Amino acid sequence: MKHAAILTPLLLLPLMLNDFWLTQVATRALILGVMALSLSFLATYLGVVSFAQATLAGVAGYTIAYFGPNTVGVGTELTFWLTVPLALVLATLSGAIVGLIARRSRGIYAIMITLAIGVAFFYFTRQNYTFFNGWTGFSGVRAPMIGDMSLRDPLPLYLLSLAIAVIALVLVNSFVRSPLGLAIQAVRDAPGRVLALGISVTTPIVAAFAFSGFLAGTGGILNAWYQERVSSFSVGLGSIIDLLIIAVIGGLRHPSGAFVGAVVFVLLDTFAVDLIDRERFNTLIGAVLLLIVIAAPNGLQQLVTDWGTRLRPTPPQPAPKTTN
Amino acid sequence: MNKLKLAASVLALSAMAMPASAADIKIGVISILEGAFAALGQDGIRGAELAVKEVGGEVDGKSIEVITMSSDASPDSAVNAARKLIEQDGVDMIVGPLSGSEGLALRDLSKSYPAVTFLNGSSAAQDTTLRDSSENFFRFGGDGAQWMVGVGDYAYNEMGYETVAVIAEDYSFPYTQVLGFMSEYCKAGGKVPEKFWTPIGNKDYSSVVYSIPQDVDAIFVALGGADAVNFLTQYSQAGGDKPIIGGSITIDQSILDSKGPFKKLLVGAPAGTPTVSDYDGEEWKAFTASYTEAFPDGFSAPSIFAHHYYMSAKAAMLALDEVDADLSSDQEAFRAALTDLTFVTPTGGTMRLDENRNGIVDNFVTEVFEREDGTLGNRVVKVVRDVNQLLGQDKETFLAAGPVSRDNPSCP
Repeated sequence: MKHAAILTPLLLLPLMLNDFWLTQVATRALILGVMALSLSFLATYLGVVSFAQATLAGVAGYTIAYFGPNTVGVGTELTFWLTVPLALVLATLSGAIVGLIARRSRGIYAIMITLAIGVAFFYFTRQNYTFFNGWTGFSGVRAPMIGDMSLRDPLPLYLLSLAIAVIALVLVNSFVRSPLGLAIQAVRDAPGRVLALGISVTTPIVAAFAFSGFLAGTGGILNAWYQERVSSFSVGLGSIIDLLIIAVIGGLRHPSGAFVGAVVFVLLDTFAVDLIDRERFNTLIGAVLLLIVIAAPNGLQQLVTDWGTRLRPTPPQPAPKTTN
Repeated sequence: MNKLKLAASVLALSAMAMPASAADIKIGVISILEGAFAALGQDGIRGAELAVKEVGGEVDGKSIEVITMSSDASPDSAVNAARKLIEQDGVDMIVGPLSGSEGLALRDLSKSYPAVTFLNGSSAAQDTTLRDSSENFFRFGGDGAQWMVGVGDYAYNEMGYETVAVIAEDYSFPYTQVLGFMSEYCKAGGKVPEKFWTPIGNKDYSSVVYSIPQDVDAIFVALGGADAVNFLTQYSQAGGDKPIIGGSITIDQSILDSKGPFKKLLVGAPAGTPTVSDYDGEEWKAFTASYTEAFPDGFSAPSIFAHHYYMSAKAAMLALDEVDADLSSDQEAFRAALTDLTFVTPTGGTMRLDENRNGIVDNFVTEVFEREDGTLGNRVVKVVRDVNQLLGQDKETFLAAGPVSRDNPSCP
């Protein structure tokens, strides 16, 4: 019931919006949301903030570009039935490798290690021409055709992104209830006790990173189709920070926060320039983000839930028993 | 999850409140208004606005509105900016972008929007128009190779440099600049034994400085901004004393004004550029006067970016006037007018397009000189008129050489 109330308007959205709103705002928010979900999943259930999520998304995006149609003449073209699974496998593997490297660190140290991985990958893509085509990267990346219809058309891309966003949320929700998911949360809360029980700490951590790599890779594939290009800029510091902003303003308490954050971020990013003097729009974006973090330290998702609870009529309290 | 629902309704509401504009013809201008290039990007916008101001903001009774958008030098952001201008603001044409890889990205994008005309700003990658060109993408300006024409010849024949080492940033624009230099220089008989490609924003050039062969006669430096200052400082501190040859964005006034022992290396250094701020041609003086009058808070003279955005926007104004501001049937008449347009540029030459819709332009060879008060300036030593994208070569041979890269061209 509750889910239908949310899904129906989202399914009806294409009827109300023009192509610009559907693609540049709604679809982009869903794609960024899936990518940010991979970050908030790690932050919420493993307690690790990873700066390598844009990298993992980039691994998938570059795979799609290298083995797909592009206009720069680098790579071999395969059918997308092969490239999509390959991209997901590579992103998942890369996630596992990041997890292996970062498995012993927590807090600020995990941030530094993942940031180092992200920045190293960024410079590697910028310098390497054989696989990544350097600074310019890949352009002319085309989404697959299903019959006569391109998946890049506004409606198919929106519905695909929506479906993937829903599947990703469901996956996260069921994964964290599985034995492995519970082990991941146990590692977050008390790694020492997990070890004392005789369970390896490494496996849950690597599994969590691999799963987040899978999520990020899904977003990365959609992003490559949406942008129709992948370049070193897609995995640069800018993208890394964007994902962090989305996850933080959305809130890390619930996975759906990533999508709330993505909607706000995309609206700001797209329209701040219309609201204020063109040279100052970044100041406006910064100020709004600051306000959100101050007013809603647990994220917008939490803020709205709190309001909801407050507004709901409270059931009448039974009269307190008086003792004479 | 409730917030999602809320967000959806906010989305739907704001969709109905889309801004409507009264202007008849809308021009979107994309430039870099954030980060290190912001001041220069702003000057590009001034150039485009100047061209619209000169016609009084209207052509044949149709009002013209300029809508600006910022990119951050990345191709992705340029594409996003263009999509917003087209789909949300409904522009008829786009002037921009500023940098090379952005230009390649918009060239690709333009194929998806056949009803919109794209006029390149100042981006100067070669393949934007040379290979895989797009019917609705016009460049009223040159590429990075055209901007170096005259320098290779000057370095070999006038300065007598027989071997030169190259130091350049590792991306499309410097590749194109190196091609422009080497195609002339190698043809004249010069040799380039070694090329060093450094990442943009590199701080430490010591490994490059110590690898420069001792027996070269000069160094061709195609670095921009802080990269050029860092390299030249470290090179002169290490005792390097080879003469310098500059790329189009290497020896600008900000480098000449900066302090440092490397300045003595620069005196007499030749460079190639399409824009010389204090050129004393009549048309340039008129252009500068009009620029400073329209923008008292701008630079003291138009930069390379104002110059190029101006030429594109001016071409659009002239072509609009020719077709009585008629943009019907997918701008067919307007594009035909653009294709056949000729006009006098601020540098005194005649601008016209080649078959790939790339400009045939003027180029300058400049030289650094020391003023009486000890400050440095650039002066023009040679003007080369009518430089085309093939650099005067036969089309077949030029294309057969393949796209520019780290290893192409080569003459060790």
